[in-house]
Amino acid sequence: MASLEVRRSPPRSRRQLEVRSPRRDKYSVLLPTYNERENLPLIVWLLVKSFSESGINYEIIIIDDGSPDGTRDVAEQLEKIYGSDRILLKPREKKLGLGTAYIHGMKHATGNYVIIMDADLSHHPKFIPEFIRKQKEGNFDIVSGTRYKGNGGVYGWDLKRKIIRLYRKEVLEKLMEKCVSKGYVFQMEMIVRARQLNYTIGEVPISFVDRVYGESKLGGNEIVSFLKGLLTLFATT
Amino acid sequence: MTKLAQWLWGLAILGSTWAALTTGALGLELPLSCQEVLWPLPAYLLVSAGCYALATVGYRVATFHDCEDAARELQSQIQEARADLARRGLRF
Repeated sequence: MASLEVRRSPPRSRRQLEVRSPRRDKYSVLLPTYNERENLPLIVWLLVKSFSESGINYEIIIIDDGSPDGTRDVAEQLEKIYGSDRILLKPREKKLGLGTAYIHGMKHATGNYVIIMDADLSHHPKFIPEFIRKQKEGNFDIVSGTRYKGNGGVYGWDLKRKIIRLYRKEVLEKLMEKCVSKGYVFQMEMIVRARQLNYTIGEVPISFVDRVYGESKLGGNEIVSFLKGLLTLFATT
Repeated sequence: MTKLAQWLWGLAILGSTWAALTTGALGLELPLSCQEVLWPLPAYLLVSAGCYALATVGYRVATFHDCEDAARELQSQIQEARADLARRGLRF
């Protein structure tokens, strides 16, 4: 007589352990926008592609500061296409600055990691899985993109300070409390404060491709204010 | 202490040491060869620092990677994105 193999379901206690798997990591991308009607659909498409291909749980928070070119309308269309669980719209009435945009966006972020980047295609989302891998590898609090190491580089010479970084959510919240600079300078201040608080920082080589569409919001006087900001940091930290 | 304060402290200490030694304020009689080196030392250090800075910047600029492939890849992905989004109903 052939023996009957009966598949018994695993004992109840083991089933409970399997169901209670570790909380999945979720990555919130903060995208402050101002007049990015052309670039916004492209950056969102590339983000969705990178995240989906790597099976990463994500959300994209678009913080538009009352752009006159209809960026908000495009954002609403993207929300319809990809779903309001993936695309969150948190707009503001007028241009209130980068720092406050991040604070505003973070209040609604449900991820345990936050990614800060520009909406103008200067950084390609294909690097984000690299950032995530690097963060896990070294258990870093912050992972920053660099154009100067490894096979990082640029296409199109520029002086602009573009930043793409991954933060643990609680680290970013803590740093935002401490930073006082305005504008793009505060990105530098974040790293200075992070070093002071002994947070660990990792780096990933990235490539920067010069603007494809749209006007840059950085002019000659940004260089001056960058230097002023640098000196202020030197004198106050 | 801020970075600025640290630098000022460091410069003050080194500066006063140099001044004390070169003016003989401490009553030390250094051999002539030492004095000859010590006296222009700050100027030499300043010029060397400037040369080092220039050389570093020059080297970094010369060896900076140019990413032509990244630019090409981005362009083709933009085409792909626009087509896919139009299919999904996005009105550009």
